[in-house]
Amino acid sequence: MKIAVCMKRVPDTATKIRVAADNQSIDSADVQYVISPYDEFAIEEAIQIKDKVGDSTVTIYCYGPEAAQQNVRQALAMGADDGVIIQSDGAGLDPYRAAKNLAKAIQDRGGADLVLFGRASVDGQSGQVGPMVARLLDMPCLTEVVNVELDGTTIKIERESEGGREHAEAALPAALTCQKGLNEPRYANLKGIMAAKKKPIETIPAAEFSPALNIASLTPPAPRPDGKIVGEGVEAVPELVRLLREEAKVL
Amino acid sequence: MNILVFVEQRNGDLKRASLEAMGEARRLADASGGQVLGILFGSSLEGVVDQVKSAGAHRLLVADDAVYAEATANDLANEVKAVVASNDVNAFFCAATVLGRELSSMVAIDHDTCVAADCTKVTAAGEALHAERPVYAGKANLNVEITSPFKVVSFRPNYGEAIESNPAEVEALTPTLTSADLRAKITKVSAAEGAKKDLTEAEIIVSGGRAMKGPENFSILEELAEVLGAVVGASRAAVDAGWRPHSDQVGQTGKTVSPKLYIAAGISGAIQHLAGMSSSRCIVAINKDANAPIFQVASYGIVGDLYEVVPALKEELRKVL
Repeated sequence: MKIAVCMKRVPDTATKIRVAADNQSIDSADVQYVISPYDEFAIEEAIQIKDKVGDSTVTIYCYGPEAAQQNVRQALAMGADDGVIIQSDGAGLDPYRAAKNLAKAIQDRGGADLVLFGRASVDGQSGQVGPMVARLLDMPCLTEVVNVELDGTTIKIERESEGGREHAEAALPAALTCQKGLNEPRYANLKGIMAAKKKPIETIPAAEFSPALNIASLTPPAPRPDGKIVGEGVEAVPELVRLLREEAKVL
Repeated sequence: MNILVFVEQRNGDLKRASLEAMGEARRLADASGGQVLGILFGSSLEGVVDQVKSAGAHRLLVADDAVYAEATANDLANEVKAVVASNDVNAFFCAATVLGRELSSMVAIDHDTCVAADCTKVTAAGEALHAERPVYAGKANLNVEITSPFKVVSFRPNYGEAIESNPAEVEALTPTLTSADLRAKITKVSAAEGAKKDLTEAEIIVSGGRAMKGPENFSILEELAEVLGAVVGASRAAVDAGWRPHSDQVGQTGKTVSPKLYIAAGISGAIQHLAGMSSSRCIVAINKDANAPIFQVASYGIVGDLYEVVPALKEELRKVL
């Protein structure tokens, strides 16, 4: 079985974000870049499926800068087989071009039986790339899965919906986006890290797809209006309720 | 601009955020002399139709069939494609719910464009639309210009404004789908454990953090939530400790919420939590530690023991609500 995992290199969630002088991007100085946390669930799931069904390959696809080598290498150290970097330097917030390039790279390499994604990248957070790539590859996509079971050529999943759990299934080839709770991503061990050094990473240029959205500006968030400490302990409660009703008008 | 709005419902419960998307659609359509067409999928929809028909649409297409209880976005997207093709539509709007995100992404690809996703504000600029939303977990605001001929927008719940309008013309839409040709199928929805509204759509949220000390103490938040008609959320610390399910987690690796009132009880305000809730309209923080970072984003703060303040707040609210 051919398993593709799409991963993104993103600023560490604890990183301080500063908007760059061009008002179009972030200042990357001193920013730690990591595998987007939800993508780690996708990588882990791919490796577990491979271990279970055998005779499979796990290929990591990353649309991003050459520096993403390090993050792809980390996925290979976890147990993926090879990697493809679709090199693009800007475009961190353009899901359309990311999806077009990822779909093309997967297609050019003979397609895949299963394509896994994180539920959303933690930078752009729009959760579009998974369903977009699936649509481009003419596969069904099931999002935010917390349980996956492969039954022959049918993929069965569970996901959380409002107050309940939804069970759904689709025939392969299919795409899934992975939610926290699906698995516990492993740490690469020394053996994995050593093995990853010999695993192939191919770097290809991104294809030029014209953007559907232009970034007009990226700006620091408007500061929240100054808050106030209403008081200490239970004595402050009546005043809080008054403010919520009369000043904030939220009750 | 003629806008198709996806109206979402589940088991007859209408998603209020869909009405907000509809209200925004009507505002933008009116400005350009366009029409709003609503589309609703489900089974036994009479009650829902009544709630939707005067919410801004000129026409409302109702696809009422048992097949939609099993259908996922993959197949709904094909229905949308057919509706777009047979009506003069050049935009698709929906709420940025789980289903809305899936469906809008697929509809966008079918029209060779991108989604302006999870928008907090959309304005018209000639033929283009400008859309704003927070990115990098609220640490920056992205403003995009949608220039493609077909425009796809999803709205963050609690940001758009629902409206009242003259009733829409309601038309039945015959499904082109049958259960046998679904690309993916919902096979079962397990009994909801304490069925509740999704956090992302709640108007009021009461969240607890590490200071809750254990799952049993969440009952005091549940009681406050009941008085307020609120939904209970949790910080990552409370979820990682196993006190609450992951579906309750607010934050960068949980849900991004934007209620009109967010009450944080015993939550210190780690950056990863702030990422998920700092776009709330009004934030109340209750914390023993006057230096907790949560007070920096709070509209109102009470420095004190949540085990005393929360019950007192519940009693006070019971008097006035």
